[in-house]
Amino acid sequence: MTLLVVAEHDNHNLKASVRHVLTAAQALGGEIHVLVAGCGCEAVAEAARALPGVACVRWAEDASLGDGGAENLALLVTRIAREYSHVLAAASAFGKNWAPRAAAQLDVAQISDIVRVDAPDTFTRPIYAGSVWATYRSTDPVKVITVRPTAFDAAPGEGAPAPLERLDAEPGSGLSSRKDLSLSPSERPELESARVVVSGGRGLGSGERFKALLEPLADKLNAALGASRAAVDSGYVPNDYQVGQTGKVVAPDLYIAVGISGAIQHLAGMKSSRVIVAINKDPDAPIFSVADYGLVGDLNEIVPQLTAAL
Amino acid sequence: MKILVPVKRVLDYNIKARPKADGTGVELAGLKMSMNPFDEIAMEAALRLKEAGQATEIVAVSCGPAANQETLRTALALGADRAVLVQCEGELEPLAVAKLLRAVTLREQPGLVLCGKQAIDDDANQTGQMLSALMGWAQATFASRIELQGASEALVTREIDGGLETLSIRLPAVITTDLRLNEPRYATLPNIMKAKKKPLDTLTPADLGVDTAPHLKLVQVFEPPQRQGGIRVSDVAELVGKLKNEAKVI
Ligand SMILES: Cc1cc2nc3c(=O)[nH]c(=O)nc-3n(C[C@H](O)[C@H](O)[C@H](O)COP(=O)(O)OP(=O)(O)OC[C@H]3O[C@@H](n4cnc5c(N)ncnc54)[C@H](O)[C@@H]3O)c2cc1C
Repeated sequence: MTLLVVAEHDNHNLKASVRHVLTAAQALGGEIHVLVAGCGCEAVAEAARALPGVACVRWAEDASLGDGGAENLALLVTRIAREYSHVLAAASAFGKNWAPRAAAQLDVAQISDIVRVDAPDTFTRPIYAGSVWATYRSTDPVKVITVRPTAFDAAPGEGAPAPLERLDAEPGSGLSSRKDLSLSPSERPELESARVVVSGGRGLGSGERFKALLEPLADKLNAALGASRAAVDSGYVPNDYQVGQTGKVVAPDLYIAVGISGAIQHLAGMKSSRVIVAINKDPDAPIFSVADYGLVGDLNEIVPQLTAAL
Repeated sequence: MKILVPVKRVLDYNIKARPKADGTGVELAGLKMSMNPFDEIAMEAALRLKEAGQATEIVAVSCGPAANQETLRTALALGADRAVLVQCEGELEPLAVAKLLRAVTLREQPGLVLCGKQAIDDDANQTGQMLSALMGWAQATFASRIELQGASEALVTREIDGGLETLSIRLPAVITTDLRLNEPRYATLPNIMKAKKKPLDTLTPADLGVDTAPHLKLVQVFEPPQRQGGIRVSDVAELVGKLKNEAKVI
């Protein structure tokens, strides 16, 4: 059995998620290959060679792969996928974008966002915003899988450098091209991998108060900032802060929910955190049902006190 | 330009799903079903393109049992011109839905297919991408802004990890909608009445020559490990003490 892990990167650095996907791949057993596809991404291919337990790095370098577009990457993966029993990627905006395309081209089902490997052909994944989990057995010759990174630990350490094999890209499809990329600049740790997340909801009332109250707290804790959908929809913070069923899934050591009611769609993205703190003025807010430590009161008073006490 | 909008009938988002006692599926009997919220956003996007004079006709399509007629009537009440039901019983995997939608797309020849980015029941986030692949078309997923540049190009801003990306895509294409694209309207009573008279055609997978046999076998549906609620602390000092000495996270 040989497995293919498709690495996410920005042509300069590997994303941390690849180590989590590797752990899921190791749970399946078999030889692991990593695909690095991009443009000017030699440093990424080199970094991938040192990942633990990797037998081969396949490196495709072409202008048509530079912006990570789904159409061209899916064509490349489809061409080589039949050499493998499994194709795995992180269930991130990147993996969700191209993996179903490759699966359809291979005429196989995709198993999205797995949280558990039950057997090499059997996987468990949350459905209905994580209210229920479902276990599926796949009958397909190639299993295309996206992995929820927070459900698998990062594979630690380095391996002996794996051999590097060059792959030709498919001719660019010309179907789409990137016109603009605007990444919100941040000095903070990445939301998905931060050890501490401070998250704000509609209770903050405005973008100014979100910033004034939560940034100093996050600074003290070296935390990433997250938000509920309501806070994003109201324009307090950018879209990529959203935690939940249809946003990001996080599982930090400490998650502090401030002025968030705890709708099931929000809980879906944070209830696997190790320790949850909720600050809310409504003693009946559902967030308290998942919080290890709940503090009932006005966030405008509590948050500055907390920041000062740390 | 004609726009095709696939819509799915799902358990209403306000209802917490529970597994059936025997673990063979999720309990749906007698519970409120609604149009998948992301499909409402897709429908709204299509309506706005039509109102702006950039689309001429909106066709809503749903795959599933006869009860999906209700969802299609909602789409018609919102403003779709016609509806197509691909009627079939049993589980439909995203790949099967994509194949059915491909067959409908080939018949209807739309310039654009607007889908929700995911359905809130299976949370698969696959169908739009799969349809786009089967058609050999461009795709733009997780759209928060759509700008048609004539009939052959669209500029689409996508919500991605870390920020926003704007793509130029060749049309026809599949675009999947994210939450920030728009705020869907409600159907008005007069439009609900009018929708009853709009055309709703029914097809079967056999009519379309599509095999919908599942590739996955559902082994079991069950409640995940539950988190125990913790304690209430009375003030910030107690909270900080607990975080330091009990939880040891700071
Ligand atoms: C299709 C769909 C997908 C969704 N996806 C997501 C998702 O991914 N993530 C997500 O978060 N939501 C999602 N939602 C939305 C979700 O249902 C809730 O509407 C949302 O999470 C509510 O955000 P909130 O808790 O910030 O706001 P509210 O529910 O309005 O809660 C605000 C809270 O702040 C408290 N508060 C107010 N003032 C103060 C004060 N001064 N001090 C202390 N507390 C105060 C209130 O008591 C209240 O509990 C989705 C919904 C749908 C339909």
